[in-house]
Amino acid sequence: MADKNNLIVYCEYEDGKVADVSLELLTKGRQLADKLGIKLEAVVAGDNLKDIEKQILPYGVDTVYKFEDSRLYPYTSLPHSSILINLFKEIEPRIAFMGATSIGRDLGPRVSSALHSGLTADCTSLEIGDYTDAKTGKEYKDLLYQIRPAFGGNIVATIVNPDCRPQMATVREGVMKKEVRDSNYSGEVITKEVNKYTRPEDFVVDIIDRHVEKSKVNLKGSPIIVAGGYGVGSKENFELLQQLADTLGAEVGASRAAVDAGWCDHDRQIGQTGVTVRPKLYIACGISGQIQHIAGMQDSSIIISVNSDPDAPINTIADYVITGKIEDVLPKLIKYYKKNSK
Amino acid sequence: MSLNIIVLAKQVPDTRNVGKDAMKADGTINRAVLPAIFNPEDLNALEQALKLKEQHPGSKVTVLTMGPARAAEIVREGMFRGADGGIVLSDRAFAGSDTLATSYALSAAVRKIGDYDIIIGGRQAIDGDTAQVGPQIAEKLGIPQITYAEDIISVEDGVVTVKRRIESGVETVKAKLPLVVTVNGSAPDCRPRNAKAVQKYKYAAVPSEVAADEAKKEFIEKRPYLSIGEWNASTVDADLAQCGLAGSPTKVKSIENVVFTAKEARRIENNDEELEGLIKDLIANHTIG
Repeated sequence: MADKNNLIVYCEYEDGKVADVSLELLTKGRQLADKLGIKLEAVVAGDNLKDIEKQILPYGVDTVYKFEDSRLYPYTSLPHSSILINLFKEIEPRIAFMGATSIGRDLGPRVSSALHSGLTADCTSLEIGDYTDAKTGKEYKDLLYQIRPAFGGNIVATIVNPDCRPQMATVREGVMKKEVRDSNYSGEVITKEVNKYTRPEDFVVDIIDRHVEKSKVNLKGSPIIVAGGYGVGSKENFELLQQLADTLGAEVGASRAAVDAGWCDHDRQIGQTGVTVRPKLYIACGISGQIQHIAGMQDSSIIISVNSDPDAPINTIADYVITGKIEDVLPKLIKYYKKNSK
Repeated sequence: MSLNIIVLAKQVPDTRNVGKDAMKADGTINRAVLPAIFNPEDLNALEQALKLKEQHPGSKVTVLTMGPARAAEIVREGMFRGADGGIVLSDRAFAGSDTLATSYALSAAVRKIGDYDIIIGGRQAIDGDTAQVGPQIAEKLGIPQITYAEDIISVEDGVVTVKRRIESGVETVKAKLPLVVTVNGSAPDCRPRNAKAVQKYKYAAVPSEVAADEAKKEFIEKRPYLSIGEWNASTVDADLAQCGLAGSPTKVKSIENVVFTAKEARRIENNDEELEGLIKDLIANHTIG
């Protein structure tokens, strides 16, 4: 008899390492499973999965489902979808999480469509709570609150999934915290037969070439970030941000508006549709403070806002506010840093 | 081989340029002040379709959108840039659709179109940023999908080759037609309007746009290429239980306007003394240096 109605996390991996986003989801999943009094499960599909559970179990995982087949790596949509669809039919999870990555966002919708279960993308918070249907008055206990920014980040919506299971959500990397529960946590490992869950015709998409590029940008790991928004005004002024960053040993980030304007590459975008960062120091240059940006940097320890608009919304969350033009302020900051640092 | 290409497009409020007046006092969105635009990544998708049309003479590009009759604007825009025609899927029954109900309605419309080789859409729409509708349509049609596409390199002998841009790098994949491809914003921009196409299609309309104008109605009836399809739930044989709110597993429990707790900010004057003081403080407390 399969164990049913638990919380399951789809674990991604690359180079033999389980993705951070999956471990973050396991951490959150453990908390919620405790609250609900249910088990935490994980599913991993790929090749060379020997001992992969050693990376997964310490997060408090009670069951790991392993699907091992050389055709399952690298990821393609159909076989991984079939595995989840058929596994979910069998174990009927109450809740399922996956990373809001190019894999999770490819896989999640396909699975939710086949199971007619709801899926909420890019959640920033996940909680358990009750819900009363306004129309029917029907009450639901212990639903998953799937909380996410919507409408370009200007509102935050709490989404529930009253009747369909599993309640599915994706979360971006870096949004949840990663924390080992117990390095000796003991859980069960169940190896599944891939052919029982997939069809031969699932393997129709061939990956003929694959260049794994190590990301040149490490915004998440940088203790100092100099970020620019639309108020920077030009690509030339954006160069000043780079100079300040080089001087301070920082990385350059950008708001969506600056990326859309073509002043900065997309992989440097900070905010709801970019990266979430928590640096020691965040210098926001010409960033007005649209909520979708603030959502991705509000946990920075110290925030300095440089803006010609003294009433820029971002100033309300800043520790230091400098009212002035980028081309005026930044060179001075560079000059005084060089003068005062040893 | 000529191709029947469907481009999925959405008319969206321009959430990238939300100004101070975009939110009403009660915290709801003042849609009236936000311009309605062609969803940016759907334009990237249209460009891929038009490129395929050039490579495969005789191909046909049909823009399919779901929304109010006003969404005919983006079908026309598509035609001005090189599409051959389009369909607006519009019905009150679709109101309140989540991504699943939306993909159900659109997949019903695709089935009604029937003859298609490739369906191309943007990766996601800027009003929801979910990226779900493309893969969900693929699943409902029982065909493969390739998401995060940056370039549809070629279609040869029923096999499409696509370059994908994903976090970890670049992948080139091959798959058989028919399939769904969703296109990233990193793909080439869409070509601009073509003056000849604008001349040809400027009076193109859906029936409800010209319903009150007999002369226009007759003008379009005589020129079928100006007629944009206007379909509803019954045209596409949609099961109403799967449409709109009824067909949406997800419900919105609550919506909040985002308010951040304000900190007590220190104002630094833009002069040498105060800026140097700030730098010295940050060095002293080991924030920098």
